[in-house]
Amino acid sequence: MRCRRCENPGAINMRQHKLSLCDVHYPEWFLEQTQRAIKKYAMFTHAERVLVAVSGGKDSLALWDVLLKLGYQADGLYIDLGIDRDTAYSACSREKAAAFAAQYPTARLMIVDICQLYGENIIQVAQRRHRPQRPCSICGLIKRHEMNRMALEGGYDVLATGHNLDDEAATLFGNVLHWQADYLRHQFPVLPADGQGLARKVKPFCRFYERETAAYTLIQGIDYIEDECPYAVGATSLAHKATLTQMEHDSPGAKMHFYTNFLKAKEAGLFAADETTPELHPCPQCGQPTSAPDLCNFCRLWEPIANGNDTTTEIEMMSAD
Amino acid sequence: MHIVYRDKEWFVEQAMTVNQMLKHLKLLPESVLVVRNGRLVAEDQKVQPGDEVKIVSVVSGG
Repeated sequence: MRCRRCENPGAINMRQHKLSLCDVHYPEWFLEQTQRAIKKYAMFTHAERVLVAVSGGKDSLALWDVLLKLGYQADGLYIDLGIDRDTAYSACSREKAAAFAAQYPTARLMIVDICQLYGENIIQVAQRRHRPQRPCSICGLIKRHEMNRMALEGGYDVLATGHNLDDEAATLFGNVLHWQADYLRHQFPVLPADGQGLARKVKPFCRFYERETAAYTLIQGIDYIEDECPYAVGATSLAHKATLTQMEHDSPGAKMHFYTNFLKAKEAGLFAADETTPELHPCPQCGQPTSAPDLCNFCRLWEPIANGNDTTTEIEMMSAD
Repeated sequence: MHIVYRDKEWFVEQAMTVNQMLKHLKLLPESVLVVRNGRLVAEDQKVQPGDEVKIVSVVSGG
């Protein structure tokens, strides 16, 4: 397989696109495709300020790198969750994010240390809330809250995450398996700001396979954390990814068609507008919008538990993003 | 050649294509990338004795 642009040996072959590219032309193509997705979904412009959520992993660091190369005003946000489990996972991923930022003189990385800020890391919170085996839902809740808070406080126009097509297809697959109509309604590359305190969220890599973002980081020499979060072992989303990857192997393009045809169906009006959206009000403690009657689920996380009952609601914790 | 994948390693003295190597190791080409002597290579390219091969898993999330 030769590079379609120069005839040199290919570094990556993308069967779903019938396209092979060398390690010189692949990064060019990758930047072009990212710019195309940003434009197609009107995610943001060069005049706007973008906050990129970086985890130290391949997708988020690649996203930050690409946005900087495309000339966007992109700052990074790393959230230190205090995950260790004998792997120093958070410490290591934080180091990767900081090392990346240090290579770009114009890049600004903000770090939110959950333990320093709130007095407990997410594992301690999960233990206190009697969910020691399931820190993932609490992790998601904390990350969503803090990303939104930092985007609003920093005056950013948009919050960008490194979700790729495999992430989106696995989420879609899970939501379809359970017919989670509300989540299906809200899954899209752009979630607009709601004017009540939720920042605009975008996923510029939503049309790239995970393999493609990994190839970009390898070719560009971006040092990222290869290990998975120690709490991700056995996660349902990983099982869904494995199923979809087997389908992709048997039928190239299966994942892409599954996800992009879903987006087309949404744009064609397959899903009716949500008429049952709960009314939001600002949380009396943090000010972020919530549908909960009093404090939002995030603020309730840090409250003492009355009678041993966890009052945070499962629905809000399991949100698709 | 020396092949590394996660915490496993193999020493192989036989030339083959990347595709054949992945088939031997029962890995789907869609779930990994192969770096030969520090450079990313596509599935039709050859790996041979003396090569340093790293297989990188591309799956993340949870």
